[in-house]
Amino acid sequence: MPELIAKEAWQGQAAVTRAGLVLAPLQDRPIWSVALFPGGADGAATALESLGLGFPEPNRWVSAAEVRLVWTGRAQAFLMGAEPPAGLAGHAAVTDQSGGWAGVSLSGPAGPEALARLVPVDLRPGSFPAGAAIRAPVNHMSAVILRTGPETVEVWVFRSMARTLWHELTEVLARFEARATVAG
Amino acid sequence: MRLTCPLCGDRDRREFHYYGSDAYLDRPAEGAAPAAWDDYLHNRDNPAGLTKDLWYHEQGCAQWLVVTRNTVTHEVSAVELVAGRAGA
Ligand SMILES: [Zn+2]
Repeated sequence: MPELIAKEAWQGQAAVTRAGLVLAPLQDRPIWSVALFPGGADGAATALESLGLGFPEPNRWVSAAEVRLVWTGRAQAFLMGAEPPAGLAGHAAVTDQSGGWAGVSLSGPAGPEALARLVPVDLRPGSFPAGAAIRAPVNHMSAVILRTGPETVEVWVFRSMARTLWHELTEVLARFEARATVAG
Repeated sequence: MRLTCPLCGDRDRREFHYYGSDAYLDRPAEGAAPAAWDDYLHNRDNPAGLTKDLWYHEQGCAQWLVVTRNTVTHEVSAVELVAGRAGA
């Protein structure tokens, strides 16, 4: 068997601060897709109780300590930060997505305005409040976007698109900073 | 153009892929007459008014949707999930 070396998606990548916005790489973590079988909602809810989590409503995410359950589609959620509890597999298709996704956080008061250049959904706190999690495009990339703080959102994309996501977001920040400089 | 996905909410047209008439949901049974397959595959109305089409929310929840819209006024009057329909 060849010796494979596990690498973090963002290995060596430092955070970037521009125009009062901080773009930071997020650490890899266990990610499991939980896709409910038809009629599996009740059984899955019971299994998830051991994590202190309920299955999230559409466009929402829930958490207990460092463990999250994030809505990602019809009858589907991503379990992030923990292994799936015993008994869940009988009620949902549970598949390991760890290492398949890469995330960043964008923090600062103008985060929604900056992201508006790439994401065609209003991400201001009024329409994207605490606990919100949506599927939406970041330019042409399919993403999972979460609000994780009053001035912080996370953006997760397929790991194969991590460098593209970083490139697109840093370009937005550079232009955002340039615009702010011109405006004084 | 915007579509209100039953799951994701009000979204921009760029998130959706257009497929065609909702007639594609009514696949003829095995052994159906050639005329039924001809209708299913090729024959479409071109209404001035209400029409029902299939759209895929590929940049959102990845669900197939039936969109009812008016080809004269461009009004979108309904967006429904294909999943959960009888026989789906
Ligand atoms: Zn949707």
